[in-house]
Amino acid sequence: MWDYTDAVKDHFLNPRNVGELEGANAIGETGSISCGDALRLFLKINNSDRIIDASFMTFGCASAVASSSALTEIIKGMTLDEAAKITNEDISDYLGGLPKAKMHCSVMGQSALKKAIADYRGVQILDKPGEMVCECFEVTDLEILDAVKGKGLKDIEAVTDYLKAGGGCGNCHERIEELIESVEAKG
Amino acid sequence: MDIVYTDNNATTKVDDEVLKEMLPYFGKLYGNPSSMHTFGDQVKKKLDESRQRVADLINADTEEIIFTSCGTESDSAAILSAIKANPEKKHIITSNVEHPAIKNFYQKLQKTKSYEVTFVPVNKKGLLNLDLLYKSMTDDTAILSLMWANNETGVIFPIEEIAKKANEKNILFHTDAVQAAGKVPLDVKKTGVDMLSLSGHKIHAPKGVGILYVKKGQKFSPFLIGGHQENGRRGGTENTASIIGLGKACELAKENLTIMDTKVRELRDYLQNQLLEKIPSSSVNGDLDQRLPNTVSIGFDAVEGESILLMMDREGICASSGSACTSGSLEPSHVLMAMEVPFKSAHGSIRFSLSHYNTKAEMDHIIKVMPPVIKTLREMSPFWKDGKMV
Repeated sequence: MWDYTDAVKDHFLNPRNVGELEGANAIGETGSISCGDALRLFLKINNSDRIIDASFMTFGCASAVASSSALTEIIKGMTLDEAAKITNEDISDYLGGLPKAKMHCSVMGQSALKKAIADYRGVQILDKPGEMVCECFEVTDLEILDAVKGKGLKDIEAVTDYLKAGGGCGNCHERIEELIESVEAKG
Repeated sequence: MDIVYTDNNATTKVDDEVLKEMLPYFGKLYGNPSSMHTFGDQVKKKLDESRQRVADLINADTEEIIFTSCGTESDSAAILSAIKANPEKKHIITSNVEHPAIKNFYQKLQKTKSYEVTFVPVNKKGLLNLDLLYKSMTDDTAILSLMWANNETGVIFPIEEIAKKANEKNILFHTDAVQAAGKVPLDVKKTGVDMLSLSGHKIHAPKGVGILYVKKGQKFSPFLIGGHQENGRRGGTENTASIIGLGKACELAKENLTIMDTKVRELRDYLQNQLLEKIPSSSVNGDLDQRLPNTVSIGFDAVEGESILLMMDREGICASSGSACTSGSLEPSHVLMAMEVPFKSAHGSIRFSLSHYNTKAEMDHIIKVMPPVIKTLREMSPFWKDGKMV
């Protein structure tokens, strides 16, 4: 059942930078209790836009905790511009890889980081472009198309593993299938 | 590290006496029970004895017992046979908390659009809505399938009462008794069910063997078509050693029913009450009374099941969670969702299922381990602050 690397196990059992961060000046939140996982990321950023400290609070499975812990370790010491380039794959790589069905845990880390940086810069993350497909996890058609094209996802299960889209009520399965087919049709 | 095994609704330890009974049939007594010679016939005699022991556990006659490979095969065989026996009837009734062996079969059947399936709901305690159940019974109903007891919560359905109604309306009633067997008394004559599934590995027999009870006079068409084994109702050379093990396990299960109802129930209650007392914001899923004596499902607010299990695993404790976080779908189990268990505790639900092997010392170990595990995870959770859910 637990197909985790030693790094994932270590970051789960001995998570780094847990808890609220005193003096944090940026916070990014993603997920909810109904989703099954959630992350609150705290950053302390100095005057030269460098992340001098980071911490997290996470509700979720072992890989969600490990991804959060890894994220805080990765971004400590980075400038905001450097941190903004961090992708979910960087988080997964840092942990020696995540099981396919758990990739969304690293996506959650990337999303919280984006939100925290936007929070600090005082910019609002605009409503996502595109049409909402998965209402449960707020995933749009553009995001699904991106993932299907970029990652070569072949079926609904792969899309759910990656984006969580379709992992809730299941009402959007038909639409996701259409999107996958539209990508395949274009080759 | 010693293992504390409280996951007996998933599978059980093969009893030493069961293993002892089986071993010769892996070794020198390898004969085929269908053979004409004495060497094979001695195995046949042992299978007959086993069939009698199984029949005794559920108060059936030996000719009503068909040996299968598992509970799932028994369920599939029962459903397909019922459909074949009543080709003109196009309606099926079941509940919305069944095991995947039933649930997924019926969902698939429903998708073919050749059958209409009524999934009768349960209430917040996991108890079946009997009014709706009885109202959904029609002349067109081919089969009614209900579990005797739920695997996740241990909640027991009133099978005898339901069987009476089904018989009145001439509806074939199949019950999946995989979780009830060996934990509460099963009497097919008294309850009047038409078919019943049972699995060996839940009652200290090995994996890979089960039975389907088919009431005398009930039409049955085989699932596995082949030789004349099992009176022509299940082809394939018998899994002799496992069937012999199952027979012994049924004999022991019958003897142990009293221990289940006393010692195991007391241990379960002790574990449940201590955990509820020592861990704030925790609650039992399912009805407290209409419940198997060995099972308790507890929801811990603001924490997630897989994380809890991994931390318990480190302390040698085996249990199950109510969420299936092994896939991208993070939805809690369909059983807890059907009971409208709130998300805050559904994701953090842990099922402990005991056997007569468990001891008070083991319960004390769990009671010692769980509070700090939950505390650690809550300290990490964004939904927990100052000792309560936020």
